[in-house]
Amino acid sequence: MSEDITKLEKIASQVRRDIVRMVHACQSGHPGGSLGCTDFFVALYFSIMKRKQGFEMDGIGEDLFFLSNGHISPVFYSTLARAGYFEVSELATFRKIDSRLQGHPTTHEGLPGIRVASGSLGQGLSVAIGAALAKKLNHDDNLVYALMGDGEQQEGQIWEAAMYAPYNKVDNLIATIDYNGQQIDGATEDVLSLGNLKAKWESFGWDVMEMNGNVMAEVVSGLQEAKAHTGKGKPVLILMKTEMGNGVDFMMGSHKWHGVAPNDEQLAAALAQLEETLGDY
Amino acid sequence: MKKYTYTEKKDTRSGFGAGLLEAGRRNDRVVALCADLIGSLKMNDFIKAFPERFFQIGIAEANMMGIAAGLTIGGKIPYTGTFANFSTGRVYDQIRQSIAYSDKNVKICASHAGLTLGEDGATHQILEDIGLMKMLPGMTVINPCDYNQTKAATMAIADHHGPVYLRFGRPVVPVFTDANQKFEIGKAWMVNEGKDVSIFATGHLVWEAIQAGEQLADLGIDAEIINIHTIKPLDEEAVLRSVAKTGCVVTAEEHNRLGGLGDSIAQVLAKHRPTPQEYVAVNDSFGESGTPAQLMEKYGLNAANIVTAVQRVIKRK
Repeated sequence: MSEDITKLEKIASQVRRDIVRMVHACQSGHPGGSLGCTDFFVALYFSIMKRKQGFEMDGIGEDLFFLSNGHISPVFYSTLARAGYFEVSELATFRKIDSRLQGHPTTHEGLPGIRVASGSLGQGLSVAIGAALAKKLNHDDNLVYALMGDGEQQEGQIWEAAMYAPYNKVDNLIATIDYNGQQIDGATEDVLSLGNLKAKWESFGWDVMEMNGNVMAEVVSGLQEAKAHTGKGKPVLILMKTEMGNGVDFMMGSHKWHGVAPNDEQLAAALAQLEETLGDY
Repeated sequence: MKKYTYTEKKDTRSGFGAGLLEAGRRNDRVVALCADLIGSLKMNDFIKAFPERFFQIGIAEANMMGIAAGLTIGGKIPYTGTFANFSTGRVYDQIRQSIAYSDKNVKICASHAGLTLGEDGATHQILEDIGLMKMLPGMTVINPCDYNQTKAATMAIADHHGPVYLRFGRPVVPVFTDANQKFEIGKAWMVNEGKDVSIFATGHLVWEAIQAGEQLADLGIDAEIINIHTIKPLDEEAVLRSVAKTGCVVTAEEHNRLGGLGDSIAQVLAKHRPTPQEYVAVNDSFGESGTPAQLMEKYGLNAANIVTAVQRVIKRK
C-alpha cells in the first residue's frame, strides 16, 4: 500500500510540473485549481478507475470521468497524457493554435479521453447523470465519476441535477466537489457564500462524504470508501477539501493564482519545489 | 394548381408522438426525456411501450439537455420533449456546449412553437427558435408541415447521426401529405410547380401557401410552392433551380422575419442570384394571447398575406 502511494505521489509531482510548465508556456490558463486537484486526478486515473486500453467514446465496460469545472484543463490533460491517452509531447501545444488541447476541454478536436466539452460552468453533473443512466440501461455495472468546482455550486443547473439523481436512485455515480473556498473574484465566503454545503447535499438525498484532497493516502482511501458506497440506492458526493495551488508554496492560500500564469522566475521557483519523476515533456 | 385535399385535421405534436413510438419500436437505442409536459408532447404511447427507456426530468430543462448529452455516451439516441421556448432559449448554452460543440446525438423535439400556441401568450410563443438553432454549427433544423410529415421526420432523425432540432406545434391543421412518405432530411418537397413566383414555406405556413396558390391561380398567377421542411441544411439547389425559373420569391414562416427561413433563403440568393424577395413572417415583435387563427391574421401569417406578398414581389421583378 505505502509503496503504491509513493508511486502515485511521484506521478502527482510530475503532473504538477506539467501544469506549471504548460501554463507558463502559453502565459494563460488556470494553475491554482489544477494543482489543488492533482492528487485526486492521479489517484482516480492511476489507482481507482477501471479503464480500458485506448479510447472509445461510449466507454462501455469501463468507468467514466467527467470534468465539469473545465478551466482546470491543465491537470486533466497532463493526467490523460501520463495515463497514455496521447503523447506527453502534445502537452506543449496547450492553448496554442491548431491544438487538440483547447483552453477548456472539448471532444471537438478528437482528443482521446474527453467525452464532453466543459468550461461554461454547471453542466457536467447532468451529463454524468446521463452517462450513469446509460450504463444502467446497458447493464454495465461500472461507475461514473464527476468533478465540480465549489464556486460552480452557485450555478442553478447543479441543483437541478442534485435533485434528480437521488430521487431516481442514480447510485452508480460518485460526484466530487473541489472545496477550496476560492473563486475568481475572491473567497467563496465573500463572493456568494455556499452556506453549509454538506447539509445542502445531504438534504437533497446524497450520500455525502468528506475527504482531504491533498494527502494522497487519504484521497485513495476516500475514493475507495466512496466506491463501497455505490450501488446502495443513493448517488455519492465527496466534499474534497483542497488548497488552491497545492504543491507550490507561493501559489497556495489565495485566489490570486486561479487564472494567472507564472513568469520565468516564478516558474523556476515552482519547479524547484516539484521533483521531476517521469521526465518532463 | 395541383389539388390538395384532406379528410382530417390533426396536430403536428401528435405526429411527433406517433413517430416517437415507431422510432422506439424500430431502434432500441431510442430513449425519451420530458420536462413535465408528457401530455402536451404526446409521449404517452412511447412511455407505455418502453417505460424503462423514458426519463421524467421534472421542470428542469437545463438538466434535461445535460442528461440527454450523457445518455449518448453509451450509445443511446435521446429525444428530449418540451415546448419550443424551453427547448431553445431557456437552454441555449447547455445545447451549445454539452450537445452541439460536443457532437452529441441528441434530438431536441419542440412543441408549441410559434404563435399558434395561442392563448398562453408571448412568454410561451417563441418566434426566435429557428434562428437560435440554425446558428449552432452542426445542428440540423427541421420544421415539418403536418401530422404525417412530422411523424416521418421523427422517425428519420433517429437514423441521422448528430444533433437535430425538430419543431412542431399545438393546433390541429389539415393532414395533406402522404401517410407513408419517406422523409429525406435536407431535401425540399415540390408542392406545386409554377413559373411566376417561388413560394418557400415551412411548418404551418405550407398549407397557407397552398391556399394562397389556389387564390393566385384564380388571379392568373402560376405559383411554384416548395415545402422547406429542413431549414438547415438548406436545399440550396432546389431554391436556385426554382428561382432561375420564376425570378421572384416569397418566404413564409411562423417565426420572426429576423433569423428564420427567409433569411436563410436570402443568404443563398444574395450569393448566387440576387432576387426580389418578400417575407411573410412576424415583423420583429413578440406575440400575445388569442386564438391561433386570430393571431395568424393579426401578425400577417395567413394565405391572404401570402397572396399580397406575391403581388408585391411580382411587381419588383
